[in-house]
Amino acid sequence: MAVTLAQAINQALKDAMEANDRVLMFGEDVGKLGGVFRVTDGLQDRFGEQRCFDTPLAESGIIGTAIGLAMYGYRPIAEMQFDGFTYPAFEQIVSHLAKMPNRSRGTVTLPVTIRIPYGGGIGAVEHHSESPETYWAHTAGLKVMTPGTPEDGYAMMRAAIDSDDPVIFLEPKRRYWMKSDADLPVETEPTHRSVVRREGSDVSLFCYGPMVRTAMEAADAAADEGWSLEVVDLRSLAPLDTQGIVASVQRTGRAIVVHEASSTLGMGAEIAARIQERAFYHLEAPVLRATGFDTPYPPAKLEEYWLPDVDRILDRVERSLEY
Amino acid sequence: MSEHGSDPTVAPRSEDDPRLLLPPDEPVHLLDPDGTEHPDADHPLDLRDEQLRELYRMMVVTRKVDREAINLQRQGQLGVYASCMGQEAAQVGSAYALEDDDWIFPSYRELGAALVREVDAAGLLHLYRGTWLSDHDPYAHNFGLMSIPIGTQALHATGFGMGARFDDNPIVAMTYFGDGGTSEGDPHEAMTFAGVQKAPVIFFVQNNQYAISVPLDKQTAAPTLAHKAIGYGMPGYRVDGNDVLATYAVTRRAVERARAGEGPAFIEALTYRMEAHTTSDDPTRYRTKEELDEAAKTDPIARMKNLLIARGLYDDDLEREIDEQAQAVATYVRDGIYDADHGDPMELFEHVYVDPTGHFDEQAAQLRAELEGSEGGA
Ligand SMILES: Cc1ncc(C[n+]2csc(CCOP(=O)(O)OP(=O)(O)O)c2C)c(N)n1
Repeated sequence: MAVTLAQAINQALKDAMEANDRVLMFGEDVGKLGGVFRVTDGLQDRFGEQRCFDTPLAESGIIGTAIGLAMYGYRPIAEMQFDGFTYPAFEQIVSHLAKMPNRSRGTVTLPVTIRIPYGGGIGAVEHHSESPETYWAHTAGLKVMTPGTPEDGYAMMRAAIDSDDPVIFLEPKRRYWMKSDADLPVETEPTHRSVVRREGSDVSLFCYGPMVRTAMEAADAAADEGWSLEVVDLRSLAPLDTQGIVASVQRTGRAIVVHEASSTLGMGAEIAARIQERAFYHLEAPVLRATGFDTPYPPAKLEEYWLPDVDRILDRVERSLEY
Repeated sequence: MSEHGSDPTVAPRSEDDPRLLLPPDEPVHLLDPDGTEHPDADHPLDLRDEQLRELYRMMVVTRKVDREAINLQRQGQLGVYASCMGQEAAQVGSAYALEDDDWIFPSYRELGAALVREVDAAGLLHLYRGTWLSDHDPYAHNFGLMSIPIGTQALHATGFGMGARFDDNPIVAMTYFGDGGTSEGDPHEAMTFAGVQKAPVIFFVQNNQYAISVPLDKQTAAPTLAHKAIGYGMPGYRVDGNDVLATYAVTRRAVERARAGEGPAFIEALTYRMEAHTTSDDPTRYRTKEELDEAAKTDPIARMKNLLIARGLYDDDLEREIDEQAQAVATYVRDGIYDADHGDPMELFEHVYVDPTGHFDEQAAQLRAELEGSEGGA
């Protein structure tokens, strides 16, 4: 039966809450409404107002109380309604959620999952299309995951909730309606490993979240040109699967990082650095990037010019092959 | 007695009249600086003689350890220290009103509250020495890590209190922050959440008149800090924070109310920070000696001693015993801190993740090589 990414995550939340009555789900409009994207649909009906509840409209409060609840012994899942509204919670995430286990010398663990719909491509009004993953990946103490398929939407969500470390779970909102015939529940590879979605021999495309599908489409189009692209879905942005990245570059000798986030100090910068540190002699060409521009996220009518797409990826592929 | 609607021309208020959430005109005060008592029917004292001595003892020990910490800083043994001198009654009285199962979520200035909870003070001061970021287990004494980002710990107390309420666990979470902290967003959000959730949380504000150099009148235009409470649907109490009996009684009442499921409360304790903000601060730039001399007259410890004397509960033996105990704790702290080793630098990688999944393998190997190199080269 076909299942969308949103349904897969929803099912994962249900199954996790069924399996462990210490799991709580809360945030803005996640109760009766089921979340603005309906990802928490049915949870309050099923588990009651104590286990799935609407909070006051205050993001720092949501994360700060999640920390207190985790210290008490709960496993909170907190939803941030949109990427652009995580910033009020920045201090709680960076100064406490990420650091408290370390500050306490391991006596405190904070099994908190923060779900964040992120990225553009849905014609949204400003502040609703951001890609803030670098902030979280840069912050020691957080794990950062992002599924690119409904199967991973289910399995990685379960893993995030089971994790004793805090997890930022980035949900590619433009792929919420992406379908697959996954049979849930489903298990996938360990969350900290990247997965080769398509094998190829000429160029490696490193992508994650919303760009996995775009990269797959680019690989299809490239095949028509006679280019063989390998598509690597990173899945985990912190920690980053350096081994998997290096192994792919050793096979192809060429690497392109694809993400929606702006280029400067985006994940691509880190990935390029790791590749040149560890696979310098395997490289046939410099590592290139197909990303959003270093401007604020554009108005909806302009986002098609801003977001990396098949053409931008193929342009980088061509440049890489020219070396 | 003096509280709420003492004006006889005003009709008595029904229990759900929101004006009952407003603070009384005068802070609750049970003890004059000379030891004269002012009994208050709304705040009956249930303390036995031994407990009165105990409150005094804990304030004396706090002051002694606090002084020792300042000395240790002067000797280069602590990087910095935030003294609680002058605020002993506010901290000891409030913390003493809790039961063992209750929790405290402190800021960086709560040495007195920590000592009441029997937290290892040397462990606590490692934060200030920089040997580690904290060295006490919060679960051992239900005392959270000292929080430096202002007011942020209020949310942890609220989440903790929510968890307790969900479980019908009759415990209370108390958080401390300062007058400056009341301007931050996190205490505001914490009180909003606690109000909505009827969480058993006590927001205990030590109004010590300054946030570093900024005085209260530049911090807020609210009539008093306790007036803010009504905005969250919780009562705002005001208490003479240099009166350990009043602080205890007011907190006790709020704690019992919260434990009974009646929700959170806000307490503003009026006190004064006798020392610099921290050992790095120069308070002569923003307050006068006259002001300090005036504040010294309301000293919380002298006041309690006067009470004990007036009640015939103080004698030379007690004085000697308490001094010895204070000295013993101070010595213990000094021994724990002085030239304390920072331990194995490899521990830097140990507590960042429960499951690091190889994240640190290379960097840990690098540091190990650097350590071995420096040992070899030395
Ligand atoms: C979020 C944040 N901003 C600024 C600071 C720097 N800072 C440390 S203490 C302090 C003043 C705090 O005053 P108050 O809340 O009244 O508490 P007190 O120090 O008097 O106990 C400031 C501004 C900080 N620690 N955290």
